[in-house]
Amino acid sequence: MSVTATNQIAPTGQDGHRRDLLHQMLRIRRFEERCVELYSAEHIRGFMHLYIGEEAVATGVMPALTPQDAVVSTYREHGHALARGVTAEAVMAEMFGKVTGCSLGRGGSMHLFDAATRFYGGNAIVGGGLPLAVGLALADRMRDRQGVTACFFGDGAVAEGEFHESLNLATLWRLPVLFCCENNLYAMGTRIDRAQASTDLTGRAASYGLEATSVDGMDVLAVETAARSATEAIRDDGRPRFLEFRTYRYRAHSMYDPDRYRDKAEIEAWRERDPIDALVRHMREAGELTDRDLSGLEADVDAEIDAAIAAAHAAAYEPVEDLTRFVYAEVSP
Amino acid sequence: MTTYREAMREAIRAAMRADERVFLMGEDVGPYGGTFAVSLGLLEEFGPERIRDTPLSESTFVGAGIGAAMNGMRPIVEVMTVNFSMLALDQIVNNAATLRHMSGNQFGVPLVIRMTTGAGRQLAAQHSHSLEGWYAHIPGLRILAPGTVTDAYGMLAPALADPDPVLIFEHGTLYNLDGELDDQTAVDIDSAAVRRPGRDVTLIAYGGTLGTALTAAEQLSGDGVEAEVIDLRTLRPLDDETVMGSVRRTHRAVIVDEGWRSGSLAAEISARITEQAFYDLDAPVDRVCSAEVPMPYPRHLEQAALPQPDDVVAAVARMTG
Ligand SMILES: Cc1ncc(C[n+]2csc(CCOP(=O)(O)OP(=O)(O)O)c2C)c(N)n1
Ligand SMILES: [Mg+2]
Repeated sequence: MSVTATNQIAPTGQDGHRRDLLHQMLRIRRFEERCVELYSAEHIRGFMHLYIGEEAVATGVMPALTPQDAVVSTYREHGHALARGVTAEAVMAEMFGKVTGCSLGRGGSMHLFDAATRFYGGNAIVGGGLPLAVGLALADRMRDRQGVTACFFGDGAVAEGEFHESLNLATLWRLPVLFCCENNLYAMGTRIDRAQASTDLTGRAASYGLEATSVDGMDVLAVETAARSATEAIRDDGRPRFLEFRTYRYRAHSMYDPDRYRDKAEIEAWRERDPIDALVRHMREAGELTDRDLSGLEADVDAEIDAAIAAAHAAAYEPVEDLTRFVYAEVSP
Repeated sequence: MTTYREAMREAIRAAMRADERVFLMGEDVGPYGGTFAVSLGLLEEFGPERIRDTPLSESTFVGAGIGAAMNGMRPIVEVMTVNFSMLALDQIVNNAATLRHMSGNQFGVPLVIRMTTGAGRQLAAQHSHSLEGWYAHIPGLRILAPGTVTDAYGMLAPALADPDPVLIFEHGTLYNLDGELDDQTAVDIDSAAVRRPGRDVTLIAYGGTLGTALTAAEQLSGDGVEAEVIDLRTLRPLDDETVMGSVRRTHRAVIVDEGWRSGSLAAEISARITEQAFYDLDAPVDRVCSAEVPMPYPRHLEQAALPQPDDVVAAVARMTG
């Protein structure tokens, strides 16, 4: 799959830049809202983790990456995949387990992969992606490529040894990794201050000797600015950077989670800072967005997702005879 | 009626009431009540000192359980799933299993580690594997696989009483299993159990495959073949006597194991039958295992990868037909 127009963001300062960001966030949000319905209808099964509320992070970081860069993500990765340019059709088909999915349907919601956009998954072991990102960056460096590897993970992953080992190694070896910590304050039902002796995540990252910055993850423009300046710095000196995005998930951890561990008032307070609403307000005040523009964007998004869903319904499952394929390479040198 | 989940919870509650040294720790075992809701409500009774939420640090909280066990406590450590226990494999294999021996019998590790295992819920390749057979390879560990509500309750107390580390594998599809918890006393954690008597073939299963074997036995019975179903219950040390006793009567054996075939627990049992009961066999031992592929997400592939009652029936048909 190629990087399609759906993930193109006009350069900062140019006409349409903010509209593109808004479009991207709407795509992700509406995509996942439809996923909830499809989950209830049992077209999507297994674990499904929603990104609703956190869209500004993926939307703001991806424009700072080039097609040569790489992305490593978690099980909460629909937004990352869509913003990176994996098509809605390929992601939706994957969620359905269909052969047209971006991982042939073998991975499902938690394991989206796409070689064309250098999207290296979809890792459902907390912290499991960080060492991979270090290795991807190592290979880029050893092969004299200019790429940056952006690695997304949650606040919970900061407690895993792999987080610390990866930051240390990337800094020690001066590897071009952009560590993107999506701090949504919870690891499943555990609030960050119940799991981390220090909740100063940038301070802890900085202790490994890399530059670490905390960013308002509900403000897509702030995210984009921070991501651009971090990737430029990485391209410049080849050293890793760490960004903490302070954000929030409105929905439960997964579709299995009864969400009994936090106040509804807390969720409401974060909704007040909704990244989509905030950008809409901002653009309206600047006279950049009319009601008609907004309904036009919504209509585009709906049409794209409707088409993706229709295609997923129509697509075939992989034949069961192929069950044991793709365990090893099928062509030997 | 009691569910497997409730039985497990009540066993923890009883153990904690009976012994001050027992405590539970793991990810989200407190207010959340455990990923699979096993510990729901225990925090209210025992408080956060004894129902301890941990950060996402499998290696360290399992290792801490080992240390606490060596120092007079009786921890129950919950790891969410066996796939995540890979992060703690070093502590389990290099510490828990070896300390008694390495220390010349000075230190023991009376620790219980509980975790979910197995597939069937479309959770794909990082949440679905059955790696208990790997753990059963390790001297120094005792491996339990409760497959009934009675065992879900009764195995915990003897596991806690064991002076050495015990791993309890709870198959993810069993938590809602309903059963009569007739006898709220401890059960033994040494022997296999005959869950269904039969004379024509022995089906050897455990945990998640017990139901598969029993369903197959029902089907076979309709065809006039009476299968004996053995529930291994304890995967290490294996109860050879019960297995061989049955095979000597039925002269045929099929092992039903959700692990992969190569290098599996099923392979070990097959080897033992061949070593100990070869001349009693009327047919080669057969195995129904998972297809050798990481677990795929879509239902049709996942079900095709897993041992099904029909596969067991077909295996029996091949050896009786
Ligand atoms: C090693 C490991 N331990 C536990 C889990 C179960 N689990 C999945 S997501 C999650 C919470 C992770 O929280 P965080 O890193 O903050 O990411 P978020 O889900 O908030 O995006 C847990 C405990 C897992 N997948 N892998
Ligand atoms: Mg989090």
